[in-house]
Amino acid sequence: MEAVLLSKTIEAVWRIESARLLGGLVRIVRDVGLAEDLAQEALVEALERWPESGVPRNPGAWLMSVAKNRALDRLRRERMQDRRHEAIGEVAPRHHLPDPEGALDEDVGDDLLRLVLIACHPVLSAQARVALTLRLLGGLTTEEIARAFLVPEPTIAQRIVRAKRTLAEAKVPFEVPRGDALLERLPAVLEVVYLVFNEGHAATRGDEWTRAELCEEALRLGRILAGLVPGEAEVHGLVALMELQASRLRARRGPDGAPILLLDQDRSRWDRLLIHRGLSALARAEALARPLGPYALQAAIAACHARARRADETDWKRIVALYDALAEVTQSVVVELNRAVAVSMAFGPAAGLELVDELRDEPSLRAYHLLPSVRGDLLAKLGRHDEAKREFEHAASLTQNARERELLLGRVASCR
Amino acid sequence: MRVMVMVKATKNSEAGVMPSEELFVEMGKFNEELVKAGVLLAGDGLHPSGRGKRVRFSGGKKQVIDGPFAETKELVAGYWIWQVKSMDEAVEWAKRCPDPMPGEESELEIRPVFEAEDFGEAFTPELREKEEALRAETARRLAKG
Repeated sequence: MEAVLLSKTIEAVWRIESARLLGGLVRIVRDVGLAEDLAQEALVEALERWPESGVPRNPGAWLMSVAKNRALDRLRRERMQDRRHEAIGEVAPRHHLPDPEGALDEDVGDDLLRLVLIACHPVLSAQARVALTLRLLGGLTTEEIARAFLVPEPTIAQRIVRAKRTLAEAKVPFEVPRGDALLERLPAVLEVVYLVFNEGHAATRGDEWTRAELCEEALRLGRILAGLVPGEAEVHGLVALMELQASRLRARRGPDGAPILLLDQDRSRWDRLLIHRGLSALARAEALARPLGPYALQAAIAACHARARRADETDWKRIVALYDALAEVTQSVVVELNRAVAVSMAFGPAAGLELVDELRDEPSLRAYHLLPSVRGDLLAKLGRHDEAKREFEHAASLTQNARERELLLGRVASCR
Repeated sequence: MRVMVMVKATKNSEAGVMPSEELFVEMGKFNEELVKAGVLLAGDGLHPSGRGKRVRFSGGKKQVIDGPFAETKELVAGYWIWQVKSMDEAVEWAKRCPDPMPGEESELEIRPVFEAEDFGEAFTPELREKEEALRAETARRLAKG
């Protein structure tokens, strides 16, 4: 087989197998850094051996057995060292390495879940969790993660090294928690997945309006999670939310690259397959939980838009009711702002403006460009153009996204 | 990227021979694996072409043709829609599929779904240039600071 062709095959095998391989290794050696080293060594061996031997029938098992042998080698070396130390009266403290031969038949799903829970452990910062999750579960290289987040590569590399150190120092347990203990850990995991999705969905920096690959990666992680903990309503809620938002990705940009807002989008460009998947995931979440959690509620709102064939068929009253519930669960002023928009659509701009004005003194919204943007929009609808213009100008000065700024300056120009 | 994976028809599949229980179980496992990897978006098996119809467009006329259709190997017996990172990944997954038509020669055909328009057409060369310039600028600034 040609070298280029083979390296592509190995890359593909790696994408499919690396998370499972790592998950299995973490269970055996109970050390994320060591597990990654072993997996890398197995990959290097594949790159050396497969060009001659061809790709094995079961590449995953091949990689696992190579990595396991490397683990055994290390264990033997350490034991020999220990014995030497003992002989001269020293007892070197060793981290406990369980017998790699044992516990191999455990559920692969458990291995993946363990890996997710460790990568998203609450001792880590959200940034560190995101980087580690993309690295360990997405199989993304440091370079790819750095590129996606517009951060220099060494920064991501450092983040990952530090995260692994923090996990080791905190002596994070490697048992997969069950029942309520598992439930407690899930929000941190869902948060990471949604952060990745949002980073792709609406870049806060730079000129890019969407970064499809991050969205796809987040969706993939979400779908995997739904398979790992199928009984959890919020996992399905998050998947539903992401599927529904992703269904509109290709309608979000005009031919000139300018953003198109939800109500102005060409709905025939929405992805029916993703809408269908999103609605099914939402139905699963609804069947599992009453009342709905924050992700499922947001998905339910997104579903109202997905179900409307035309923008003017949107069930705004239902959206208001869903925002009521969401505001209660999240206590978030940003949700209140969204609720105000929904109220304006259901009951007119004056009713919406009243609610927005209540939020004007909210300190956490002071630098938030969407507050003046929404207010400007409502004022314009009420024919108060001078005030609207000032709000759009203010909003444009607050946003960090160049495309959004263009959009807002366009609104400024139209206020006359 | 999204791909459609078509299971090509065989004599048996066209004759309506149902898969063995063993194959059902194997295929179920494979599908489960695809779901758990976040790869499977949709998929179904299709009835033999005897239950199908064709609408032929020719010279402004439309003609309805009833199945079955002759060219067995070109017919589709089932399909999946997969979300993968590359055609290579799709091929790797396809290689893991249990033999869909044991005892007969069969094929899986993998075709990328057209989605260039999603991020391509809208992403004009000027924009791409702008974006690349921005990336370079960002990298330069970050390297300095």
